[in-house]
Amino acid sequence: MSGRRIDSGGRIDRTREVTFTFDGQRYTGFAGDTLASALLANGVRVFGRSFKYHRPRGLLAAGSEEPNALVTVLRDAARRTPNLRATQVEIHDGLVAESQNRWPSLSFDLQGINDLLSPLLPAGFYYKTFMWPRKAWHRLYEPAIRDAAGLGRAPTAADPDRYAQRYAHCDVLVIGAGPTGLAATLSAAASGARVILVDEQAEPGGSLLDEPTAVIDGQSAEQWLATTLGRLARLPNVTVLARTTAFGYFPHNMIGLCERVSEHLATPDPRLPRERLWQVRAREVVLATGAIERPLVFPGNDRPGVMLASAARTYLNRYGVRVGERIAVVTGCDAAYATALQLQAAGAGIVVIADVRTTGGRAAGAAARAVGIEVIERATVLGTEGTLGVRSLRLGTVTADGGVTAGPTISCDAVLMSGGYTPSVHLFSQSRGKVAWDEATQSFLPGAGAEAERSAGACRGLEGLAAVMADGAAAGSAAAHAAGHTGSAIEFRVQADEFSGRGVPGTLAQPGGKPRPKAFVDFQNDVTTQDLSLAAREGFQSIEHIKRYTTTGMATDQGKTSNLNALAFVSGDLARPLPQIGLTTFRMPYTPTTFGIFAGYERGDLFDPVRTTPTHDWASRHGAVFEDVGMWKRARYFPRKGEDMDAAVARECRAVRTSCGMFDASTLGKIEVVGADAAEFLSRMYVNNFANLAVGRTRYGIQLRDDGFVYDDGVIGRVAQDRFHVTTTTGGAPRVLALMEDYLQTEWADLRVWLTSTTEQWAVIAVQGPRARDVIADLVTGADLSAATLPHLGMTDGFICGVPMRLFRVSFTGELGFEINVPSDYGQSVWEAVYAAGERYGITPYGTETMHVLRAEKGYIIVGQETDGTVTPDDAGLGWAIGKNKPDFVGKRSLSRPALAAAGRKQLVGLLTADPAVVLEEGAQLVASRGQRPPMQLLGHVTSSYHSAVLGRSIALALVADGRARAGQTLYVPMPSGEIAVQVTSPVFYDPEGARLHG
Amino acid sequence: MAETLTASLVRRPFVAAGTPWLRVLPPATRLNLRGDAQVQAAAARAFGVSLSTVACRAVSHVGRAALWLGPDEQLLLAPTGEGHVLATSLDAELAALPHSLVDISHRQVGLEVHGPYAAWLLQAQCPLDLDLTAFPVEMCTRSVFAKTELILWRRAADVFHVEIARSFAAYFTGLLAEIAKERIS
Repeated sequence: MSGRRIDSGGRIDRTREVTFTFDGQRYTGFAGDTLASALLANGVRVFGRSFKYHRPRGLLAAGSEEPNALVTVLRDAARRTPNLRATQVEIHDGLVAESQNRWPSLSFDLQGINDLLSPLLPAGFYYKTFMWPRKAWHRLYEPAIRDAAGLGRAPTAADPDRYAQRYAHCDVLVIGAGPTGLAATLSAAASGARVILVDEQAEPGGSLLDEPTAVIDGQSAEQWLATTLGRLARLPNVTVLARTTAFGYFPHNMIGLCERVSEHLATPDPRLPRERLWQVRAREVVLATGAIERPLVFPGNDRPGVMLASAARTYLNRYGVRVGERIAVVTGCDAAYATALQLQAAGAGIVVIADVRTTGGRAAGAAARAVGIEVIERATVLGTEGTLGVRSLRLGTVTADGGVTAGPTISCDAVLMSGGYTPSVHLFSQSRGKVAWDEATQSFLPGAGAEAERSAGACRGLEGLAAVMADGAAAGSAAAHAAGHTGSAIEFRVQADEFSGRGVPGTLAQPGGKPRPKAFVDFQNDVTTQDLSLAAREGFQSIEHIKRYTTTGMATDQGKTSNLNALAFVSGDLARPLPQIGLTTFRMPYTPTTFGIFAGYERGDLFDPVRTTPTHDWASRHGAVFEDVGMWKRARYFPRKGEDMDAAVARECRAVRTSCGMFDASTLGKIEVVGADAAEFLSRMYVNNFANLAVGRTRYGIQLRDDGFVYDDGVIGRVAQDRFHVTTTTGGAPRVLALMEDYLQTEWADLRVWLTSTTEQWAVIAVQGPRARDVIADLVTGADLSAATLPHLGMTDGFICGVPMRLFRVSFTGELGFEINVPSDYGQSVWEAVYAAGERYGITPYGTETMHVLRAEKGYIIVGQETDGTVTPDDAGLGWAIGKNKPDFVGKRSLSRPALAAAGRKQLVGLLTADPAVVLEEGAQLVASRGQRPPMQLLGHVTSSYHSAVLGRSIALALVADGRARAGQTLYVPMPSGEIAVQVTSPVFYDPEGARLHG
Repeated sequence: MAETLTASLVRRPFVAAGTPWLRVLPPATRLNLRGDAQVQAAAARAFGVSLSTVACRAVSHVGRAALWLGPDEQLLLAPTGEGHVLATSLDAELAALPHSLVDISHRQVGLEVHGPYAAWLLQAQCPLDLDLTAFPVEMCTRSVFAKTELILWRRAADVFHVEIARSFAAYFTGLLAEIAKERIS
């Protein structure tokens, strides 16, 4: 029996019993318990097996710094959360928790063999041993090692929980709701500033939650805390978030918070998210993150029952649990004496206080002796005994000359250790602040900052309740002032016993001055002084290298309890001053954070916006198969009963070629370019000349990047002298507008021209085919559709079904074609009217797949399919579009680079397979001769390939080196099943004269 | 030619049931006006509403509103029936001045998020500070909401007018409904 619940005291509710299981066994605790405190009260000592050696481990700490007691909490098959610290898991009725990293059980773990083999498993063991054969690393070694050194198992089922996200803004964000943070919050709030106070624990209060003797403003710490939290809850300008970890400090005072909303509840309301990500933009941040007690490093310091003195204090005062009955205390600071006195007052026996300091501690020692506690000075620890829990402590004495002599062996059931307190500078360091070594406190303290933040209280090396509260109040009012509010720091009257937490470097002296086995520095990563020493011997000098070689301070723990001890040991080992060893970077997150909060609402239908066109419902009703084009859903084809895609596409293609088809082109990007300089602007942005484009006419435009390669294309119509209707590709709309705005704002601010996106203003109905004019003629008023008035590439205003429209006579099919633009809300009804009017001509709705085939038959390119960012207009056979007499346009200078006119450039050609039934694979490579073996000389690749119904054979487009000069040549497409012979042709397969366009 | 409407307005429904804090605003005339101070002064005469010279502020009067979106950009809103008359009078007033006036009535839809949770709902995915002190009544601005752009215009402490591109509206309202689940049943 080790831990035991005392009869009264603490913040637990003894009237509310809670039943839970751990490793299948039922236990009871009280509301307010953590899994750690409840199990401790039940006498449980072993909480987990260590990462590498599978040594039995108990609780080291009582807070988030706990490195050992990692557990898995299971709600159901899909809700299985590994690697939770038992010290942070709040118990509720029905909680099911399991220990990790042990098989078959905690008390008997077969991989405990690693502990006996530990001389064979030094630092870097895995690097050294599992290097060869290399292939075995991924398949064999790594999985096996990960399994053996597992930190729990992740669930495989989809996460059924909801995760919320939220932005927040405040004048002052206070991180840490201990006495410092509360004082800062009160002071900042009094000035009227908007304040957010966050704390990772289940309830705010920090060290006040286990402070039994202090008096603040005439109240006990407990009463003062309750009063203060009540006050803060009533203030409209203050938000207090408990169970909320500030896990990351991002640039410009953006702080990431993870709020655990419902996990602690026995039966959470399903509407509640499990967790919430807060992204807080704070004008000023007050870091009141406190300090974490350091372990002492001595052989056997990881035996269950050996824990931090501060943890024992918390378990006693907050949870009403004595961690032992015969307690030995090993300390390098005065603070542990206070804990010893409190435990003794609570009925525990303090069998010894072994003070490892060579000087100091006299006053504290006198206080302990006064109540009958034996105090040994100049002590050291040579080892501990006990299998699944500490039974005894072997002490030694440090002699005046620095030697070590053996001392008494003390029988005990718990060992409390304290090396002093390390200020928590994690978030300060994350904010890119520079920490500085402070001789007085023997710790790294916040130095020059990089953000609008200030550290207050214990995290900047202060101690004593009165001092940290005064500091917090000053920081709070200073932060509020910096955020534009005026007020003064609130003063508190504080009486408290002050036992200093200033300590010693953690590694205790050993005989011969040599590291002894099993003196753990990093408990979570199983790093000992011998490992650090080995790393130093093998030539690692930088702490960053030593960290990676030994894994000290890494992973989920981020060295909360180990960093300073590791540095101090390495400093001693290398005989270099500690500040020269440096400090490793603190990585976010401060504690492990779920992926769920980052995914947030982005799952299922809300993963991405789904954009639909005005005719989407009609297309759905008519059986369209949709495809994703960016965020758009576009109808790909409209299969009739029993048709597959090929059959549907062939039918749709024939309909367009013989009579009429209709197609929803609404997703095309559209930009209204307006202003006196509109034509000049477009002439600069496109290779074509637009100055000479008449009102009522359109032109096919090609846009380049400044490197001379094709960026986008589209038809541009001149609506009026100073107004153009520009169309872009569906995917290119945002980037074309951005490129244009960029040039307009940075290069040509003198031009009088403005750009407005009109993509969604217009629904676009393409009516294509020899009967296109007949179909729409009766619907249109106010426009003359005759070829004389509205020739190919003409445009006009008018009305269709009484709705104002812009009508373009354009064709992406090679047939007579119109694109009807109507305001989007009319899109579906106009579509239906056109469909009805076309019924007697057998009008056929067609989708993107058919559109692709039809344009390929005509050799029309698709940007992004025939171009890949390295294709010039000439490569694509579009050199004719370039305005020859223009002084400049985006990309013009690059086009004159020799490389862009050199022989051997890949040019757009058509390919016809020798066997007309064979449809080439898009992306397939082309070679000049049969029988080549890798590496082959590749001439180019297939960019588009389809079966053409109207031609009764396959067709393909390709980019081929010197392609146009190869017309008539036979090339080969090497495929796994054999070579396919193809003939190089013109890319225009159908109606090369273009007669059908002009019908 | 007389404008005889035979085609009808059709919009996909994009507001989930059970969202009483969300209202689809009726169709409206929306004009994007670009131009300098002179243009804006002239436009104000035709529009009948003075245009804000203060950044991110809207001015509204009897069903019409002008939203400041940039130093040379205003979004003019008017009831649908006034569109034709409005465009004509603006064209006349602005004819001699370099400007751009583009009809975007159908490009976006208007929504109203209202009630005690309005700011709370929007703050979930909008990174701007929606506190009344930072985003007062009549403030308007472009912003983002998760993966969509939008225009926010605060009509009252608990009423936001949202302008959003039509194809993103269903995403926006669907996301709001999901956010609301936690607090608003």
